[in-house]
Amino acid sequence: MSFISTFINGEQGLFKSDTLTPMQKLTLRFVVVGLIYFGFVVIEGMLMRIYEVKPVSFITEPQFFAILTAHPLVGIFGSTYSIVCGAFLFVVPFLMKKPLWSIKLGNWTFLLIAIGTFVFWSAGFLSHYAPLYTLYWPLPADFSQFSVWGGTFFILGIALVMAGTALFIINIFKTITYTPEGWEKQKAGALLSSALGITGFNNLFRKNKKEHLVPLPVAAVARGSIDMALNTAVILFTGVLILVYMVAAILGFDLKETAIDALLYKNWFWWGLDLIADGLVLIFVAGTWYLLATMISGKPLFMQNIARAALLVELIVSWTVWSHHLLSDQAQPNTLKVLSGEMVTAFELITQGLAFFIALATLWSARPLKMTNPLKFLLGGLLGFALAVPAGIMQADVGLNRILHNTQWVVGPHVHVAVLVGLTMTLYSAIYILFPILTNGAKVYSQKLVNVHFWCHLLGGIGMGAFMGMAGLKGMLRRALYMNGEFNIYMILAALCGTLLLIGFIAFFYNIVMSVGLKGVIGIFTPSKIKTKDLVPAS
Amino acid sequence: MVDSTMVLTGQTIAYTMYCLVIILLVIWFAIKVTGKGNNTAVKPALFYIFVGFLTILGVSLHIVTYNTIPWAEMDLKRSEITPDKTFNITVKDHQFIMPSEKLVINVNDKVLFDVRSEDLTYGFGLFRSDNSMLFQMQVVPGHRNDLLWYFDREGVYTIRSTEYSGPKGAFMILKDAVQVVPSKTTN
Repeated sequence: MSFISTFINGEQGLFKSDTLTPMQKLTLRFVVVGLIYFGFVVIEGMLMRIYEVKPVSFITEPQFFAILTAHPLVGIFGSTYSIVCGAFLFVVPFLMKKPLWSIKLGNWTFLLIAIGTFVFWSAGFLSHYAPLYTLYWPLPADFSQFSVWGGTFFILGIALVMAGTALFIINIFKTITYTPEGWEKQKAGALLSSALGITGFNNLFRKNKKEHLVPLPVAAVARGSIDMALNTAVILFTGVLILVYMVAAILGFDLKETAIDALLYKNWFWWGLDLIADGLVLIFVAGTWYLLATMISGKPLFMQNIARAALLVELIVSWTVWSHHLLSDQAQPNTLKVLSGEMVTAFELITQGLAFFIALATLWSARPLKMTNPLKFLLGGLLGFALAVPAGIMQADVGLNRILHNTQWVVGPHVHVAVLVGLTMTLYSAIYILFPILTNGAKVYSQKLVNVHFWCHLLGGIGMGAFMGMAGLKGMLRRALYMNGEFNIYMILAALCGTLLLIGFIAFFYNIVMSVGLKGVIGIFTPSKIKTKDLVPAS
Repeated sequence: MVDSTMVLTGQTIAYTMYCLVIILLVIWFAIKVTGKGNNTAVKPALFYIFVGFLTILGVSLHIVTYNTIPWAEMDLKRSEITPDKTFNITVKDHQFIMPSEKLVINVNDKVLFDVRSEDLTYGFGLFRSDNSMLFQMQVVPGHRNDLLWYFDREGVYTIRSTEYSGPKGAFMILKDAVQVVPSKTTN
């Protein structure tokens, strides 16, 4: 096939969007939009990398901080949430062997996340609203620095995303517990107990153990969704609080900022925000590792009951670790710093290490395996968290935090390696394993490009994190500007690694477009011609 | 006394070693899992040993740092320690309002920095002339933000806000604002 023909029709013309079920289309829409937003994030990241080497004239300081504000939010909500919601709305019914409770609700989740992200991104881009994702009080309501209208649209955009995630959570739990039409009545309570780990916990005290009604990856999705529900509530509440100040300012009232205790607010907001980073991400990732390891190996999961219990421990741990973000807050009680900030946080080393071991042991039980694309990206994802979690445990220490907090160490070896290498490579593994299922057997255009993507992403991600970390250890702050090239060696090397990431992403995106073709990409967004609730077409 | 440079050097060595080991382990695993071999199951005993190792590692990290990093214990018990000197600093409108143009400290003094914010959340950090950090803390409005530090050597330090407080706060820097001098100079 000629280049033009492949570009339009996809590799060997195998991908035919007309054959897709509504569920396949829904999931693919999430993935396409998630990848487009990932492209936003990579470009924003590169702009900031360039700015950190040498402030360029076409980006003003307020614009730089607006990019810094939008970058992680677009990455987490626009990209990761989209891909994760899309994948789980497909995987949960797939594993439960029944249709999704509501495709309509799934479409609303897609629209709300996609539109919400665009709204808050645009508000930041146009108005330079830049309180960062931390929103430390009273910065989001500081209208001497930020536009009140820009802020209002920014917060509304975030609220739309949260509304979308709320619908996702409802859909997930209803899918687990509902009885499809014409089926024998399912025990909703028992299914919910199994999903949340109550059955497993009660089994500890029972002679006759009850069987687990819900597959392990579904249990992970359900438990991660609990954290998602809690953080959605916290972020929504905080958004409403900020909106009250914004609406008052628009109407000409000047509300007292001191009415809100800044430290209490910080505790409250970090408690909710940390349920993403140290809650649902870790739980979803562990569940995805387990699913991928069993799918790749074709073997049952190693130490399945322990893995199931660990997911419950992880959920409870995630509710009690937020204080590691406040180790440098001197008014924070010492008890919270030591117990929540240090000791309970250290449990994440155990729970995540355990998931790492279980995934590897499951793969080991099926050796020799072929080095497929899902396997290589899964190993990359496992390595990413193996590097990033201990880096996080080190900074969650009263002594070390005094000299690491808010440095590039936090955001380099910990955040970027966890998100870019750990989380994103796990998601790529899931995309590669689901690709033939979601596309009814389409083929990847070029294996060479997959390899380019893999190595560029892995080396770029680890390298960027490492050089940022080295700068952090030398005292370079995050969220700060250095105009005289103080840390240029590290920033140039980090920018080169960022370029590798960009090359990797371009290779991946081009490969996917060539695999499904332009016609196929457009076809994903047209209504399905097949009227079915089935996940894949009946063979 | 152990200072932040030494602590960070130790951390760099330990973390680099760990990274090399874990990268080599994953490479070894990738080669072995795709190479010739039997599909042997991993023994549960190995799993429990691994979990035990992680538990010891997680807990011992904090015990070791508490007993080796000098400021860790002093920080948690600062309310029980009488400082040799106290500096009251206010932050407002993205400006540090200092008690004097230069803060002069004697070597071997324990100094309390009591920083109050009258509007936003800021940070307060001391940096050496090579931009490396001596220490930092958050400055939260409406709360006491105090940090006790023991200065065991001479030096000149720059004060910088270590927390983002909007674009206006990007350059909250007071160059060479703190000077640590030999004891006899000011006594």
